[in-house]
Amino acid sequence: MSEETLLYIALFSPIVSSLFAALFGTVPKRVFVGVVTSGLIGLSFLSSLALFIHLQSGSGVVHVQMFDWIMAGDFSVPFGFLVDEVTVTMMLVVSLVSTAVHIYSIGYMEHDKGFNRFFSYLSAFVFSMMFLVMSDNFLGLFIGWEGVGLCSWLLIGFWYHKHSAGWAANEAFIMNRIADLGMLLGIFLIYWTYGSVQYDVVFSAVSEADGEILTWIAIFLFIGAMGKSAQFPLHTWLADAMEGPTPVSALIHAATMVTAGVYLVIRANELFALTPEVGLFIASLGAFVAMFAATMALVNRDIKRIIAYSTLSQLGYMFVAAGLGAYWIALFHLVTHAFFKALLFLGAGNVMHAMNDELNIMKMGGMRKVMGWTAILMLLASLALAGIYPFAGFFSKDKILEVAFDGHYYILWATLWITAGLTAFYSFRVVMLVFFGKERYKDFGFHPHEAHDYMIWAMVPLAVLAVIAGFFEHQFVAFVSNVLPVYEFSEHTHHMVGQLILVTSAIAITGIAIAVFSNMFREGVFSSAFRNTILFKLFDNQYYIPKIYEEVITKPYMELSKVFWEKVDMKIVDASVDGIANILRSTGENTRGMQSGNLSYMLRWMAGGMMLILLFAIVYTYSDVLLNILQGVAK
Amino acid sequence: MFETIAFYTFSFLTILAFAITVTTKNVLYAMSSLAGGMIIISGMFFLLNADFLGVVQIIVYTGAVIALYAFAMIFFDSTKDIVETKTGKTFFILTVLSSVMLVLILTIPMASGQVEALYPIHEGVGNAQDVGMVLFTKYLVPFEVAAVMLLVAMIGGIIMAGKKMDKNLTEIKENEE
Amino acid sequence: MITLEHYIVLSTILFAIGMYGVVVRKNLLMLFFSTEIMLNAVNIALAAISNHYGDLTGQMFAFFIIAIAASEVAIGLGLLIIWYKRHGSIDLETLQSMKG
Repeated sequence: MSEETLLYIALFSPIVSSLFAALFGTVPKRVFVGVVTSGLIGLSFLSSLALFIHLQSGSGVVHVQMFDWIMAGDFSVPFGFLVDEVTVTMMLVVSLVSTAVHIYSIGYMEHDKGFNRFFSYLSAFVFSMMFLVMSDNFLGLFIGWEGVGLCSWLLIGFWYHKHSAGWAANEAFIMNRIADLGMLLGIFLIYWTYGSVQYDVVFSAVSEADGEILTWIAIFLFIGAMGKSAQFPLHTWLADAMEGPTPVSALIHAATMVTAGVYLVIRANELFALTPEVGLFIASLGAFVAMFAATMALVNRDIKRIIAYSTLSQLGYMFVAAGLGAYWIALFHLVTHAFFKALLFLGAGNVMHAMNDELNIMKMGGMRKVMGWTAILMLLASLALAGIYPFAGFFSKDKILEVAFDGHYYILWATLWITAGLTAFYSFRVVMLVFFGKERYKDFGFHPHEAHDYMIWAMVPLAVLAVIAGFFEHQFVAFVSNVLPVYEFSEHTHHMVGQLILVTSAIAITGIAIAVFSNMFREGVFSSAFRNTILFKLFDNQYYIPKIYEEVITKPYMELSKVFWEKVDMKIVDASVDGIANILRSTGENTRGMQSGNLSYMLRWMAGGMMLILLFAIVYTYSDVLLNILQGVAK
Repeated sequence: MFETIAFYTFSFLTILAFAITVTTKNVLYAMSSLAGGMIIISGMFFLLNADFLGVVQIIVYTGAVIALYAFAMIFFDSTKDIVETKTGKTFFILTVLSSVMLVLILTIPMASGQVEALYPIHEGVGNAQDVGMVLFTKYLVPFEVAAVMLLVAMIGGIIMAGKKMDKNLTEIKENEE
Repeated sequence: MITLEHYIVLSTILFAIGMYGVVVRKNLLMLFFSTEIMLNAVNIALAAISNHYGDLTGQMFAFFIIAIAASEVAIGLGLLIIWYKRHGSIDLETLQSMKG
């Protein structure tokens, strides 16, 4: 099969799957819908794999142009797709995680009324993401970008009858829209500067542009990335997006959506490489978000939210790497993170399912006895997240710390280092509280049960990869080095690597140890002294940011809207529209007398009208004369 | 000289006759003066070298139209006066003003424009012959259409006026509607 | 010397008389008469212009106007008779069925 066919299969089988499921959107649950969509997404994965093997053999990138998409004057955008090493990596991750999530969802959604609809949305989501990563131009990327935003809205608000779900969906959509404006401006600026939105054209001419413009492009694109990847201050939607079904969370957090921002920075690496100051800003923001999110995860009691904050934190790590120019490391962390984060979420889904959608980890405990497999998988994922050797997270996270150290950004390094400890602590806090210790769920009358076998099996490949992916580091470097610049560590850092790894592992293990011990002695409950500190309150209330947004943005906006509604809309817009209607009405009322039905009157009106027309004709005929007279009067 | 006298005489008479027509209360007077005015207008046509038009004017208007009116009068109770509501000077002024404007509009382009004759009048050929030539060549289709129109009008007139001629429709109205 | 303008002015005066009649009179029959006057006024203008330019077109139009006037009288009188038979009046004021 030719590469082009493979590419089209990889790209379009998700949309076929989505449309297929959409056919059954209104009918009750059909299991085969789930099976067929899973199969089609799996097909997409296999095609991606074939493309990967093709690229691995060194046969060069696959670049196809389906047809001319937009042709307007000098502006031409072909409907083209590009599969290079970065793209194929993304494709593999996206399609693999999606396949797992699809299979998993068959079990997870089995009692849901919107079963078929769910699969339609899910596949559309995958399609959008595939489109996003495969497009060979910024405009296609933007289409995928918006598609992902739309599908996330549909999926977060999947249980739309719940008010909170609708609210969270709207929040995610609006936040993304704000960021998309930045993205769009960036794309406009790119077109304005380079006269094209094709990656190859833009990147080959990237250094020709003025430095200032380049900086602006980088800033605008990063604003777009901030929204999708939920970086501060546009991060609040991510935690609220937990309102959606858990497989959706797995998909959003691991494979699609949030990684889009990182992908954009990696894809536009030529551009960001020329703007180191923006890069540094990205890295600083990333480090800040890593720490910021980790602290919020520390004290939360909602299993999904903790994992969501950990995603935020890990995205921060990725941005540190990307911002400091270590693009392959960012991509590497993206890949490993995708595996263990998907695993974590699916595991959390199992727990939730077992607990009848209870999310509070304080009500769980000792669940390893009833759901052993889930416990093992979650443990593996948590170890990977904490960055313990030899799990995947260890390799990628460690590399990011090394990069920060290597660039002499010690503050960043220290931040990330502490965050690594926090990460280990909170991830094991979850594991301990859920799977070990006293069986608190019995007090609340829950009867947990293990999930279906095939759901566990769907998670196994992810688990395997979460464990072993790290060992392919060198192959990965070699593979993506065709596209991405290889980050060279200095000699100094090279010597320090051993110590660095030791230090990082030490804090991670310390974090785990604290989590384990605190669970043993105090049942994971924080001491009342700590609970009363300002710090705890800050963490617990998410730094009051949602509240601040509510007070500073939402409420004034509401007031403003009210003012505009009452003053502008009602008194000006509505009044003018009503006024026009009233004028017509009153004209009709007042002239109704004309329609007396009396022929004589009508004839008189006709004569009057004729006279008026004659008057116009006279004025027109004698306009020259009249003008002369008027001018004479004026003089 | 002769033309001037004739013009002014005819003008005076037509205006007078028509003025009587529109102002008189008696329909019979009005019709008589209308017929008179029509004949004098045909004199105006002769003055304008439109002999054939003048003849047609006498035949059609005075001969046919006025006769038609006269016959129609049989149906109406002409002795019954129709109350004319008092109308102020406004309408009179309105009419005068519009006619003044009409004059202005009609005369100005005449004075300015140089018009090429489309169907010139031939010297030494009788007007009737000239008219006939143009009417049956250039205006044949409109002429035929006019003929059909007259036929339709005739049939229409007969049917409308002749329907249930022996009955008074006012009396049978209730049964029909 | 009688020029075109003389005829135009005469025609306009006659037209104005006709229009005055149309506007002022309430008797339907008088309305018909007034219409005839207006048509004749136009005919005079057409004939005068025809004479002035030595062009027969004006006369042609005058012929057609006469034809139209004849048809109008035939149809109009027919309608008038029906109206009179039904309502017993040819007063314009009774024509109120179109009252809005």
